[in-house]
Amino acid sequence: MSYVPHTERERRDMLAAIGRDRMEDLFADVPARVRFPELNLPPGLSEPDLVREMRVLAERNCPVDPARSFLGAGVYHHFRPATVDYVLSRGEFYTSYTQYQPEVSQGMLQALFEYQSMICRLTGMEVSSASHYNGATATAEAVLLALNAASGKRGKVVMSAAVHPQYREVVKTYLRGAHAAVGVGDEDGTADTARLMSLVDRDTAALVIQNPNFFGQWEPIAGLADVAHRAGALFIVVTDPISLGLLQPPGAYGADVVAAEGQSLGISPSFGGPHLGIFATRKAHVRRLSGHVVGETVDTCGRRGYVLTLATREQHIRRAKATSNICTNSALCALAGAVYLATMGKRGLRQVAELSYQKSHYAAAEIGKLKGFAINPQAPMQPFFKEFVVRLPAPAAEINAHLREQHGIIGGYDLSGEYPHLKDHMLMAVTELNTRAGIDELVMALRRVAR
Amino acid sequence: MRDTMATVYELSVSGRAAVDLPASDVPATDLPPDEVRADCGLPELSQLEVVRHCLALSQRNFGVDSGFYPLGSCTMKFNPKVNEAIANIAGFSETHPLQPLETVQGNLVLMFELQQWLAEIGGFAGVSLQPCAGAHGEFAGLLMMRAYHRERRDFKRTRILIPNSAHGTNPASSTMAGVTAVELPSDSRGNIDLEAVRAACNDELAGIMMTNPNTLGLFEEHIEEVVQLVRACGGLVYGDGANMNAVVGVARPGDLGFDVMHYNLHKTFATPHGGGGPGSGPVGASARLKDFLPGPIVEKAQDPDGPVYRLAMPAKSIGRVSAFLGNFGMFVRAYAYIRQHGAAGLRANSEHAVLNANYLRVKLRDTFTVPFDRINMHEFVCRGAIDGTGVRALDVSKRLLDYGFHPPTNYFPLIVPEALMIEPTETEAKPTLDAFIDALKAIAKEAHSDPAKVKGAPYRTPVSRLDEVRAARELMLSDRTKIAAD
Repeated sequence: MSYVPHTERERRDMLAAIGRDRMEDLFADVPARVRFPELNLPPGLSEPDLVREMRVLAERNCPVDPARSFLGAGVYHHFRPATVDYVLSRGEFYTSYTQYQPEVSQGMLQALFEYQSMICRLTGMEVSSASHYNGATATAEAVLLALNAASGKRGKVVMSAAVHPQYREVVKTYLRGAHAAVGVGDEDGTADTARLMSLVDRDTAALVIQNPNFFGQWEPIAGLADVAHRAGALFIVVTDPISLGLLQPPGAYGADVVAAEGQSLGISPSFGGPHLGIFATRKAHVRRLSGHVVGETVDTCGRRGYVLTLATREQHIRRAKATSNICTNSALCALAGAVYLATMGKRGLRQVAELSYQKSHYAAAEIGKLKGFAINPQAPMQPFFKEFVVRLPAPAAEINAHLREQHGIIGGYDLSGEYPHLKDHMLMAVTELNTRAGIDELVMALRRVAR
Repeated sequence: MRDTMATVYELSVSGRAAVDLPASDVPATDLPPDEVRADCGLPELSQLEVVRHCLALSQRNFGVDSGFYPLGSCTMKFNPKVNEAIANIAGFSETHPLQPLETVQGNLVLMFELQQWLAEIGGFAGVSLQPCAGAHGEFAGLLMMRAYHRERRDFKRTRILIPNSAHGTNPASSTMAGVTAVELPSDSRGNIDLEAVRAACNDELAGIMMTNPNTLGLFEEHIEEVVQLVRACGGLVYGDGANMNAVVGVARPGDLGFDVMHYNLHKTFATPHGGGGPGSGPVGASARLKDFLPGPIVEKAQDPDGPVYRLAMPAKSIGRVSAFLGNFGMFVRAYAYIRQHGAAGLRANSEHAVLNANYLRVKLRDTFTVPFDRINMHEFVCRGAIDGTGVRALDVSKRLLDYGFHPPTNYFPLIVPEALMIEPTETEAKPTLDAFIDALKAIAKEAHSDPAKVKGAPYRTPVSRLDEVRAARELMLSDRTKIAAD
């Protein structure tokens, strides 16, 4: 075995130094009743055998060809510039840990500081965390921040049904431990902002929307921030960072906290994780921020440097009174995001956003011409970004099976499970990696099921 | 090396670009005029500038691949390169979490077997892979304990015992889960104080959170009694798996009577720490708690054509703690790690982790006081201050940087003043350990001959000691946000 480097002689010498004869002697404190169990695991493999076996397992999956997939719903196939993997493969980064020793961690600290800087400008906010686990947990932490800002005196969170269904589930799990806080507003699956506004009252800690929403549409945001703020609640916006290359940032329409999934920023879908939780807020809430944050400072010679700061909020200092229990977060994914954003730059991110917008609108227009199909039937006048809802002439599962089996196309996300009133509807995503030829093929394939 | 580096914004030149994207190949649609922003505020660099900048940043960072990294309770062991290559196979990395399940059976087999293997290693009845880090697993486990008591209409049980040697995440997770942390003292041998446990056992006890081996690196000598006391009074036992690397194939927490435990795949199972994540914190549960696991988890069903793998929510699940299925990319690496080593290899890894830590302890105990000087597990704690010199543990750590070593964990656990918590892991060879021992002894000598030199360290790093007070006061948290102190 090569993982443990010890030679027989080294092992003997080390045991002698410790004053023990055998390795087993090091474990006398373990109750004999349970010591050295026989584990029922498959026998070990050499490296070549391991690679072969893992390849066989991977071959039981059908990885997605981005040009032939229309599945999004929170995880997207966007272009990943080669710079990202090049930087992520540096062992100095990926085999390091939290920056407890800043003198030998300046690389990661500066990268995270630059990430925070770019996220602040992208979202129009003033402060960004160094990362959260993913978009869902960032959303839940945003809700906890709002409850904390209300000093526990407000017990209600109003959340749009057009927030990602899994994010809403995670928020509800997080609220299990928070006294008397409940999510309301999403029970019937509709996402009417006027109705949401009517639910905000003096007991409300936060109003949570997603924009562009889960259905890909730009919400009628006028008045939402004001309603929340007049009631003394925080306005939390979940967003798509790619959309921010083109569309107004939440900071411009009154958000107090922005939470987002950063997977689109150079991170592979990887069956749902690891991804990147983006979390940004205003200066007023900096001491309620959860998770690590990097700050600029100077060293003893006056040179600029970076450290983890505001540690007094965090669990290793504050213990039970910390703003959050977060320790390990998603730093390497934040590094990916930073490299992505620096590589794409001002012009590149705008292009990604515009191409996604143009291609999705082309796809929607073409599908909308088919008999029996309708685009965004629930709100046809609302603008959309890169995803749209399609009303289908048959159940989504049937149509997706047909697309996959007959045409090798991955269709959209079946909405009927989480939105019973959207039976026979699917959510389709189109990005810059979808080609016109691929879209035309999809439309042809759908025409065959049109009736 | 010791120059200030420009930031991406300082390198930015208006009009520069690093990538070309194709022109649109579809008819144009008008952009919605009111919703379009003028400028998204990103920098503008060439691709070579981005690459040079990032490469220079990497050279100002220290990882396990750079050198010895004995950071206590963090298990900074070698991250096998083959596991990175495997996780990057497109068949894994390019799968979408909402694909039809029949197109991702390979992923589900992998998750199912990893659930089974982790359950086997920990001695549990079920495992959920969903939590994204250790603290996330703690939160899930505590919610499960709370849900268990509430389901039994035992609403009074809201207190949770946490030893004073525990990681700060334990009490922080308790608060998030809506239970009240009660601190337990340690006894003179570094164990949980058994009498304090006895005194705290009543009908308000939700349970106890234990790290075993504890953060002193000691296997709890009264573990059986503690578990028995807590269970006898109706409480549950939570295990913090941060120190699991000492006991894989050595002792199963489930066999000791633990009800729930999180595993740190980024510690015990060799997935990379990533500069502070992504990690993964699966949670295991005993028979009476497994129905409360977060979900969905993977189930195996029998079809006429053979087994099929599908997703299911445990019967009384606390719900989702993450979107999708958790940090799948980490599951692939941990699966490969377990598969490569098998039962014998995993046990040998733990044994050598313990061997290395004990070797360091006996070699260093004459130079640095070891307050609990007995056979330890995968790590041990010594006093880092050098008496009579004014040199503190932090100074010793900073000086270690000049010798090319990452320092141990400083000032933790809190019960040992001036603590240095040293965890070498199994993948370090004896010559490395000997060089580390020599460095620490040389620093101890320097502390007597030239204490100012030690207190001024480090000298060979890109920056010298940084002003953390100023950072917290000025709060420069982005390149243009300075936040005035309250």
